[in-house]
Amino acid sequence: MSNWLQLFINSLPGFLDGARVTLELTAIGLGLGFVLGLLAALGRAYGPPWANALSVSYIELFRGTPLLVQLFLIYYGLPGLGVTIDRFPAAFLALGLNSGAYQAEYLRGALQAIGEGQMMAGRAIGMSRWKTVRFIILPQALRLVLPAWSNEPIALMKATAVVFLIAVPELMSKAKSIAARTYDPIGAYLGAALVYLVMIFILAEGIKRLDRRVRIPGFGDAEAQHGV
Amino acid sequence: MAGPILEVRAITKKYGKNIVFQDISTTVNEGETVVVIGPSGTGKSTLLRCINLLTRVDRGQIYLDGREITAPGTDEDEVRQHIGMVFQNFLLFNHLTALDNVQIGLRRVKGMPPETAYQKAMAELERVGLADRAGHYPGQLSGGQQQRVAIARALAMDPRIMLFDEPTSALDPELIGEVLEVMRKLALEGMTMLVVTHEMGFAREVADRIIFMEGGRIVEEGPPEIMFGAPQNARTREFLWKITELYGKHEGQGRGNPG
Amino acid sequence: MFSNFFQYILSGTATTVSVTLVALPLGLMVALAFSLAYVYGRTPIPAVIGLYSTLMRGVPPIVLLFILYFVVSGSVNLSPFWAGSLSLGIISSAYQLEILRGAILSVSGGQMMAARAIGMSRWRAVRYIVLPQALRLAIPGWSNEASIVLKDSSLVYALGVTEILRRAQQLSATTQNPFLAYSAAALIYFLLVFATNRLLDWIARRTRIPAHF
Repeated sequence: MSNWLQLFINSLPGFLDGARVTLELTAIGLGLGFVLGLLAALGRAYGPPWANALSVSYIELFRGTPLLVQLFLIYYGLPGLGVTIDRFPAAFLALGLNSGAYQAEYLRGALQAIGEGQMMAGRAIGMSRWKTVRFIILPQALRLVLPAWSNEPIALMKATAVVFLIAVPELMSKAKSIAARTYDPIGAYLGAALVYLVMIFILAEGIKRLDRRVRIPGFGDAEAQHGV
Repeated sequence: MAGPILEVRAITKKYGKNIVFQDISTTVNEGETVVVIGPSGTGKSTLLRCINLLTRVDRGQIYLDGREITAPGTDEDEVRQHIGMVFQNFLLFNHLTALDNVQIGLRRVKGMPPETAYQKAMAELERVGLADRAGHYPGQLSGGQQQRVAIARALAMDPRIMLFDEPTSALDPELIGEVLEVMRKLALEGMTMLVVTHEMGFAREVADRIIFMEGGRIVEEGPPEIMFGAPQNARTREFLWKITELYGKHEGQGRGNPG
Repeated sequence: MFSNFFQYILSGTATTVSVTLVALPLGLMVALAFSLAYVYGRTPIPAVIGLYSTLMRGVPPIVLLFILYFVVSGSVNLSPFWAGSLSLGIISSAYQLEILRGAILSVSGGQMMAARAIGMSRWRAVRYIVLPQALRLAIPGWSNEASIVLKDSSLVYALGVTEILRRAQQLSATTQNPFLAYSAAALIYFLLVFATNRLLDWIARRTRIPAHF
């Protein structure tokens, strides 16, 4: 135990270095995923047939295959088509595309919960379709989606760990090199697990607070918990 | 009248500091129908659950057929087979047909062979007038029908006494009559029953004795003629006055739930 | 060349399916025992199981896979296939536990009381009344977890198990066409996930209680 603690303390600078990259991957993947998810959800709910078909294919393909395969397809597969891509952009792209498909599904649930009535009411006061989406639907949907969406940052942070397989120097990859250096793989990976636990715990706490802050009083409590 | 089936001696139930009821004593004799009335939140439902050992009493003893069932080391599962319980919200087993709801206790508790259990269960469904609904799932039955199946389920175990916990208060008004009808028939057949209800028409007509509970105590008890005609206690008078004022016009079929 | 390609991918597919068929039922058995112990167990047990669930779900599966792999292969002599599959099963048990726990809790209560009222023992009430309903209720969530385990089986690639992804990698080297190789892998995963979801949907419909849920 004290041996392990010594190893952990010695490796801490490396772990923190890796943790920074993990946070970066999570933040950029989440942001990119949000934009893609929003576009896909709106395309699916309100878009013309081609946008609908495109959104559905995107969502189904990326939810129906492992992130690791998507990552390899982008990093190792694209160069086969003449498109070379560095490991960091490849990781961002894979995480963003993957997360976007899940975020689109959460948003779709929220849009469904809001229903046709709000669109009809917006159009009835003379708003265009886009304006109704922008000013009436989205402000409600983004609040409604929060409880379901709150799982995504945590899920994504856990997902980022696989990008060590294309040698992105994040937390897991640091653990791997520490394991190789110290000949103590169990100790090294336990150390990484502890750092992940702390980060995920803090992330979960933060989301819980955010969740409480943005709730619309007296609206959507029940649906937001279960319906989405 | 024959000897006591159920005897309750000075039982008390508390949740933390909150006393649900205190020093309740009463006896139910064989073939007797006793109706418990009183305002909501006076511990009537908890009293029934304590008698069925679903909740433990803090003090006092309960006897079934002269045997103390609150004694340590009592086989509670065995005791409950002899006490039928009908809940306010039916609590039918959602994944089983009406027939299987009635059969499952016979099969899995009493270990009856399938054929015997089937005959017995069908007979009980017949008794509550639902033999033609045997293959229906709870979700496919009306509230009144569900409650009648629940009664059949309890009857199938051949209980010594039936406990009814506000059996009609979760029902739509037009469905109350069919359930009360089944209960009335049971009383006439000589079933021993302890009924918590707000149905004053039923109480007046069917009860051999009425117990008025308030604030966790028995305020007054007596035969319906006296309880409804000339109650001794001012609280009893006040309660009965209120409840007949509110629901008297629909007695026996009204939605008699003042709480 | 072409038939070789398919042979390669098919043998990888068989391994991926095998990993999933070991991990998923193992996770289910552990989760079933733990969720019952959580809901019906005495004082320290729920807390211990809650901690297990929180810790397991708070760490990336690939990290746990490596820890468990080294722990398992350090104590017993197991092939990467078995060590990986067992580890994935243990990881999944924490997620399946949450699904089952929620389902049991939402069925328990009234149904348990009604079962006890006709004289059923606690165990019989669980066996004949609570579980038949809870397991049906858990199917949608569980079906989601099944496709997650199927997709997570790709992680044992990192242990050197020759599942689909490893086969695709070998193919991309021999054919010099990485895009085609990895696309083929993606397509097979997609079809497997799709088939799993359809199968479980069908089971959910077949076992549905009329006019309920």
